[in-house]
Amino acid sequence: MKRLLSLKNVVISVAILILIWQLLFYVSSYDKALFPSPKMAFDALVEMIVSGKLFENIKTSMYRFAAGYFSSVIVAVILGLILGRLPKVFQYIDPAVQLLRPISPTAWMPFIVLLFGIGDVPAIVIIFIAAFFPVLLSTVAAVGNIDPIYLKVSKNFGIKQPSLTWKVILPAAFPQIANGIHLALGTAWIFLVAGEMVGAQSGLGYQIIDARNNIRADILLATILVIGLIGILLDGALKLIEKAILRSWGGAE
Amino acid sequence: MYIEVKDACKDFVQDGKRFTALDHVSLDIEKGEFICLLGPSGCGKSTLLNALAGFEKVSSGTVRIGGKEVTEPSLSNITIFQKYGLLPWRTVLKNVELGLESKRVPKEKRAEISKKYLELVGLSGYEKRYPKQLSGGQQQRVAIARGLAVDPDIIFMDEPFGALDAITRMKLQEDILRISREEKKTIIFVTHDIEEAVFLADRIVVMMADPGRIKSIVKVPLGAHRDRTSDDFLYVRDKIFELFNMKTEGFIEYYI
Repeated sequence: MKRLLSLKNVVISVAILILIWQLLFYVSSYDKALFPSPKMAFDALVEMIVSGKLFENIKTSMYRFAAGYFSSVIVAVILGLILGRLPKVFQYIDPAVQLLRPISPTAWMPFIVLLFGIGDVPAIVIIFIAAFFPVLLSTVAAVGNIDPIYLKVSKNFGIKQPSLTWKVILPAAFPQIANGIHLALGTAWIFLVAGEMVGAQSGLGYQIIDARNNIRADILLATILVIGLIGILLDGALKLIEKAILRSWGGAE
Repeated sequence: MYIEVKDACKDFVQDGKRFTALDHVSLDIEKGEFICLLGPSGCGKSTLLNALAGFEKVSSGTVRIGGKEVTEPSLSNITIFQKYGLLPWRTVLKNVELGLESKRVPKEKRAEISKKYLELVGLSGYEKRYPKQLSGGQQQRVAIARGLAVDPDIIFMDEPFGALDAITRMKLQEDILRISREEKKTIIFVTHDIEEAVFLADRIVVMMADPGRIKSIVKVPLGAHRDRTSDDFLYVRDKIFELFNMKTEGFIEYYI
């Protein structure tokens, strides 16, 4: 019943969005090649699906996304677990992190393209950067916030490194780390598109640039919708994984 | 002597103010004794326990167990905390197995030992539950089973029943008394509850605050089966009450 209700909400919400779009289409004075109707965008979507172009680009983008995101999460979590246990070292690293963190990953783009050229690497690097800081900082904070009683118990029961990290520190910090990982997913997905618009000749981001160059606003808007849809699906998938893991963490609320 | 504390001092600096948690404390404990450290907050009873358990070092003086200076916590002296300290991502059984993993006990043996001690604390059938699904009293029972599973010589208990309701607390007191007799462990138990101390202890170490020190050590001449309403019990309890009242008199004399 709850599911059905939330499905109803989704349908109404999307219907309103399409309605507004349609109204804007009616009142706009732009050429319809520049400002297409929902129907035209939908037709473009079908066209891309039939030609196989869409799935080709989704595949390319997803590969880059997975490579950048997962490598970033792994490196950031490992680094965070180490630095979280070494607050004296982290106080020298933190200022540098704070300096680098507010820089938009896209600002690195020209530099990355200069170093690596056009292709998969710039998009992967930009996703890596986008996901890295939120995961690193949430991991360091999570390790610092571990209830000292877990460490006392571990000491008493003779749990030494590396077991201490795997058996106690990582699981104790996990709920908060998961928060950072989740946050980073959205950020990383946003910057995938930016990365592909500048540093690639394929993928969903490039498809937007390509559509603009060919003045195919219908394809452009259809692609944007696909990007949004995949973003929702990724978020939903991560939520499910998170829930499953947290359930085995005994946090059965 | 089995456990030997000699001239132990411990100072803290809190908000720029020096604070003496232990002031020349000396105490001897024999193997198999049930000792309660009793006193108001700030009397250094937890500090003394932490020093014995190896979590904190004393500023001066010595703390020895079995002739050896205590420098760090060890698997042969397990501490039970007020907050239980169970790992919430592990099932009850896995929690009890924790110390056995460090002892490199094989897997089947671990489960066997753990189940035995879960039965001892009355939690058979709870193996697959998670700590959050248990009541506070049950969680503390799991922590006790986890401590017993590694077969320690000494069990330190730091106000272990302080967070429990009165009835659960009494039930657990009875159980820990029974377990201490059956398992023949040396138990050092910190509490600020006079009745709890009289019910459990062979000897009560009465401590006072400012500076933290031992006021007196009271032998509890009650047998294995203790009745909270018996005359003997009430007599010992009153004696302890008196000890605490004497502190005020001492103060008055000091000021006169």
